[in-house]
Amino acid sequence: MTIIDKNADVPAPRTGDAATPLLEVRDLHVEFHTRDGVAKAVNGVNYTVSAGETLAVLGESGSGKSVTAQAIMGILDMPPGKIPHGEILFQGRDMLKMSNEERRKIRGRKIAMIFQDALSSLNPVLTVGYQLGEMFRVHQGLSKKEAKAKAIEMMDRVRIPAARERVNDYPHQFSGGMRQRIMIAMALALEPELIIADEPTTALDVTVQAQVMDLLADLQREYNMGLILITHDLGVVADVADKIAVMYAGRIVETAPVHEIYKRPAHPYTKGLLESIPRLDQKGQELYAIKGLPPNLLRIPTGCAFNPRCEMAQDICRTEVPTLHRVTEQDGSELPGRGSACHFWKETIHG
Amino acid sequence: MADVTKNDEAVSDEVAAVEAAIAKPVERGEPILQVRNLVKHFPLTQGILFKKQVGAVKAVDGISFDLYQGETLGIVGESGCGKSTVAKLLMNLERATAGEVFYKGQDITKLSRRALKAVRRNIQMVFQDPYTSLNPRMTVGDIIGETYDIHPEVAPKGDRRRKVQELLDVVGLNPEYINRYPHQFSGGQRQRIGIARGLALNPEIIICDEPVSALDVSVQAQVINLMEKLQDEFNLSYIFIAHDLSIVRHISDRVGVMYLGKMAEIGTDTEIYDHPTHPYTQALLSAVPVPDPEAREHRERIILTGDVPSPANPPSGCRFRTRCWKAQDRCATEEPLLAIPQRFVGDDTPAAHESACHFAEEKDVVHAVN
Repeated sequence: MTIIDKNADVPAPRTGDAATPLLEVRDLHVEFHTRDGVAKAVNGVNYTVSAGETLAVLGESGSGKSVTAQAIMGILDMPPGKIPHGEILFQGRDMLKMSNEERRKIRGRKIAMIFQDALSSLNPVLTVGYQLGEMFRVHQGLSKKEAKAKAIEMMDRVRIPAARERVNDYPHQFSGGMRQRIMIAMALALEPELIIADEPTTALDVTVQAQVMDLLADLQREYNMGLILITHDLGVVADVADKIAVMYAGRIVETAPVHEIYKRPAHPYTKGLLESIPRLDQKGQELYAIKGLPPNLLRIPTGCAFNPRCEMAQDICRTEVPTLHRVTEQDGSELPGRGSACHFWKETIHG
Repeated sequence: MADVTKNDEAVSDEVAAVEAAIAKPVERGEPILQVRNLVKHFPLTQGILFKKQVGAVKAVDGISFDLYQGETLGIVGESGCGKSTVAKLLMNLERATAGEVFYKGQDITKLSRRALKAVRRNIQMVFQDPYTSLNPRMTVGDIIGETYDIHPEVAPKGDRRRKVQELLDVVGLNPEYINRYPHQFSGGQRQRIGIARGLALNPEIIICDEPVSALDVSVQAQVINLMEKLQDEFNLSYIFIAHDLSIVRHISDRVGVMYLGKMAEIGTDTEIYDHPTHPYTQALLSAVPVPDPEAREHRERIILTGDVPSPANPPSGCRFRTRCWKAQDRCATEEPLLAIPQRFVGDDTPAAHESACHFAEEKDVVHAVN
């Protein structure tokens, strides 16, 4: 039946203990060599995720948010993709320097990924039980029978009703929300330490989206996993994230704890995005629209990539690439976790 | 031969009558489109040689609403609730199984093809996917100008190029792009081309089926603002179908909530969003993530379990009862009608709007509780 929950369900964002991050991405660059030239998809991304923490990576299509995730997961098509610099440290070890054999041991077992489109990520000619059991057969060497028992257990855990009867069904026999649960079950099968969810609910209806996000949050708490949530939905981010990284044209333009960013954005792009979404709880006047289009990655504008669309742009923005400045309070006191890659962050946040 | 002429005459009379009826302008605030008990069942068949019908997918099962001149009516609902089928029925792209759609008093579900052509000029559509709804082998000029080949009375031949360029300018594209192909444009620009095509015949009603859901957030706002501007400029009435409840609230004057082929609740945007009385509307609204982290600790959330039942075999009585937390025996036997709930009749509250629930009750789920 239906659960009515008086605001107990969603925990307040945690302020992670920054002792040893689970994953640390340092100055990551990814390019794609195409016939038309070199597309610079990721241009120096830095972020960290600790155990039990949720990092939301927010960005429009083409901002490089999914490519970063694929690079972490090691599923980037190379060629045409290439990683010219950067480090991806998982529990202190650089994964880019590991052999394929070593990476394969991490992939699936330590870091797992949930994809957007569950229907095309599942094999239509194999039963879901077989596909779920594959994780156990390949990584843990279980027998077919044991693997199937495990698969039923996992389906129960992601709250698929009548798991025992449905384990031999094919993906098309499940609804969209149930398929996404199967994807989550596959990702969780080996109890990984980090989950990367790439737009996990974009294809789902709001009522089902709420179910799936809830489930994901519960399981994350249970296993104390790190979660990287990649999305373009500012609403979903506000619901689940602890900290946010906003990406634009392959760079992180702003980082902040979740509460801060909605109250006081420190980058004109974030500010524009927040003002351009209509609100459910109030009827506004005309929407603010960021003018222009996201840049072509083959020809990223010089200086700050956002400058042609920015209302605050000055000459310096066209020539000099802004670094991720540390954002402080007006009196200079520290705002932990906040950064903005804008020459005029002070004017944006305090102006 | 005599018969054919007589038939032709009858059709010509019908066309003339329809054209006369639709030529009359509708006052602002008067209904321009009236939908009455609209039904669309898609047959389910079995067998290859001897097909027999074994059931029907009840995509739209008796819905009624009015669209007033100059307003925007939003229609929301989950996938599979029949909202896109409603759009197709209003365009007469699908023939209705039963029910009527009156456009200026003419029942368009029963018109002949020739009479329908005149009506279609005034009811146009903007589609969801700007990538597949434009022919990749045609230039922008041909895509928009094609409408004038079908309705040559709108623009004389020599004038068409200029008209198309004017339209491109109206939707905010450079008129010099007239010879470009769709692949040379971004998603937002393509949706502008789709809108220009919808505007080409100076229609009175535009039906928009998820017009911005394929676009990026920053581009969505541009297209929504454009649509609002055009509505004022050309005095258009919109039917705006979408699953994004925040956008629907922003653009709509009135909103209808659909569930499994039926209208669950309909009213003005304030009535629906701030004073919902149907449990489904309440659940739907509470599930929408609000871009405000303060709200997440202070909002009541109703999480529905299970999926939408199959429209081929909908539950008896109230269709929402299988997922409803208020359901009682009465809900399984007696179908609630879309009307102002008895307890609110005569009251001057925003809760007094049409809602198809036996136990309608006001509940604010959108705003944070203190």
